[in-house]
Amino acid sequence: MRFVDEFRDADKAHALAAKIAALCEPGRQYKIMEVCGGHTHTIYKHGLEDYLPESITLVHGPGCPVCVIPMGRVDDAIHLASQPDVIMTSFGDMMRVPGSQGSFFDAKAAGTDIRMVYSPLDSLKIARKNPDKRVVFMAIGFETTAPSTAMTVLRAAAEGIENFSVFCNHVTIVPAIKAILDSPDLRLDGFLGPGHVSTVIGCRPYEFIARDYGRPVVVAGFEPLDILQSIYQLMLQLAEGRAEIENQYSRVVPWNGNLVALQAIGQTMELRPYFEWRGLGFISHSALKMSEQYAAFDAELLFKVPGVRVADPKACQCGEVLKGVLKPWECKVFGTACTPETPIGTCMVSPEGACAAYYNFGRMNRERVAEAAEVSRG
Amino acid sequence: MTTGSTGGWIAEALREHDHASEQEPEVQPEQRPSPRGRRELPIADREQQVLDRIDRARRRRARVREERITMSHGAGGKATQTLIEAVFLDAFGNPLLAELEDAARLAVGGARLALTTDSFVVSPLFFPGGDIGDLAVNGTVNDLAVSGATPLYLSAGFILEEGFPVADLTRITASMREAAAAAGVQVVTGDTKVVERGKADGCYINTAGVGLLERDVPLGVAQARPGDAIIVSGPVGDHGVTIMLARGELDIESDVESDTAPLAGLVAALLDAVPGVRAMRDATRGGVATILNEIAKAADVGVVVSEDDIPVRDEVRGAAELLGIDPMYVACEGRLVAVVDGAAAEQAVAALRSHPLGAEATVVGRITAEQPGLVRLKTAFGGTRIVDLLVGDPLPRIC
Repeated sequence: MRFVDEFRDADKAHALAAKIAALCEPGRQYKIMEVCGGHTHTIYKHGLEDYLPESITLVHGPGCPVCVIPMGRVDDAIHLASQPDVIMTSFGDMMRVPGSQGSFFDAKAAGTDIRMVYSPLDSLKIARKNPDKRVVFMAIGFETTAPSTAMTVLRAAAEGIENFSVFCNHVTIVPAIKAILDSPDLRLDGFLGPGHVSTVIGCRPYEFIARDYGRPVVVAGFEPLDILQSIYQLMLQLAEGRAEIENQYSRVVPWNGNLVALQAIGQTMELRPYFEWRGLGFISHSALKMSEQYAAFDAELLFKVPGVRVADPKACQCGEVLKGVLKPWECKVFGTACTPETPIGTCMVSPEGACAAYYNFGRMNRERVAEAAEVSRG
Repeated sequence: MTTGSTGGWIAEALREHDHASEQEPEVQPEQRPSPRGRRELPIADREQQVLDRIDRARRRRARVREERITMSHGAGGKATQTLIEAVFLDAFGNPLLAELEDAARLAVGGARLALTTDSFVVSPLFFPGGDIGDLAVNGTVNDLAVSGATPLYLSAGFILEEGFPVADLTRITASMREAAAAAGVQVVTGDTKVVERGKADGCYINTAGVGLLERDVPLGVAQARPGDAIIVSGPVGDHGVTIMLARGELDIESDVESDTAPLAGLVAALLDAVPGVRAMRDATRGGVATILNEIAKAADVGVVVSEDDIPVRDEVRGAAELLGIDPMYVACEGRLVAVVDGAAAEQAVAALRSHPLGAEATVVGRITAEQPGLVRLKTAFGGTRIVDLLVGDPLPRIC
């Protein structure tokens, strides 16, 4: 298949792997964070770690939209959904995220009208078709999905659709990266920058990572060869003692971002003073809400939202996993009490969550597998 | 801002987890004791301990945690299996049912029979390549066929919604008649119920089928053993992708058609030619990946498959790629997965290819003794990963 197979070529992967291995300084350990959950998914789905030398560890970052939603926000959303005449709409990934009393799926099974959509525009369509209902879109995601929410609100305003609103949970990536860089728990050598977010915000916002923290960033695409090549570029920077922002995903990411998308966000949304991230706590200026001009579309103003704050279950270590301090399997409840079927933590829900990726794709001990292969070869 | 607490279910899950951990033998490091104890274990060993613990957790008796049925319980993946084991097996448990094969095998008055049933709730009712009618016939025929039986008689039960067009019903029955004729079966009994408007989505069909077991071959996924080959009879995922696209919600157009077809002839061709057939399954809900997991679990063997070898049409791959789903989990309605003696693999592929429905049959993997219970995939990219049962419906990624 064109535009896919070229980026999954095993021969090219072997060649890159050899170049990466050659750049490793003997005795040095490298920790590289892939910020975006989409990368985590690709890494596990294609078994990419098989190509990396032992001295390189990939640390899974916070860029998973579903993973960072705190339990209280899910409870608020379910509360909204159960108001009279409300149709709640949401991306599929959100459906199984646990709130304190259950997920959207559970609420749906109990009779609440919650519908899965592929785009906020589908929500608007539902609003048009059901003028006697109040349709709420549960907006989640980083700068990647914020423009589509913004465009939908602009269209709703232009068409004068009054029964549509947004429960806005959009977050921004840079404060999260900064929180990780400021965290004393973790020393990272470099970052694979989030490709999809960067199509919107461009590469400039990461400049502080190189300038202030001396860490290289390579904005990476989502096919396995993109990621291997980006790791190679990072290793080359480290070997040469450079810390720069590079754009591996230049076929999609413009250096200055997408102005139209940024304008749409700027027109309809504004920064919240602070927002709670699952596991990371409150981070200032890290999330968006509807702007005053578009307050008529803000579900948090149209409805009485309880604003419940629910502490994560003590045993759940999503925060440590999101920050990359713990590997998924190092969490105490990983795979026993917390599974994709009955997730306690959000990292186990989304296909982009590190725990789900490891559980579904990586749940085998690679060193042991390699050992066994050696033994069987004699 | 108020503060809430988590509901009972999390506390319960954790209690259960603690209880189970207490009963587990503590794995001792196989090395000299160190003052800092287990922290000194090499990382690979610590990871292995966790993996072993997960393995034990997965082998524990299934239990339904939800208070109500959710859509996941019908998706054919993990939740469906839990529901079957915890509710239905618990209620009806008997040795014939416990085999959990596609059809029950019975001995009645000297004859060996296979009995199966299936309900059809597909939406839309009509789609490229077929409709709910031929699906309802082929689905039950195939469950009998892959059990090694010659399908003979079917029942048909209709649940119709008030207001459903009679023209649509006759269109459905006409395609049932044609499908039955093609499969060499007769619909010999039936039932009709009508429910009020809004209480059903047009038309649901249940079919049950009886077949005659003429061959003395002990078929079953528990028969798989190391060295066996795994074969699929053709490209996978056509049906599921067709249905998803036919719903028209995705604005993707493609020429892909459902593969719905009766498999009895193809099965006969295989069983006639190859003595070493261990098991067959038709890859419906949950797709090929689910069957591979069923094999690994039932026979307690490892399964290794190669992504490059799994046939998927370009149209299906393209649509699946756009939707963020894996064709290995997408339903087929005219494909089977066979486990055969490794030595007979070529012969089996040749036999399948001699039949029009098996023209693209191919070996996709093998059974191993290593890593029992796990399905491992050699990815096209050259890495390795596991293929697990699916949780919930295939949902597309959002970023």
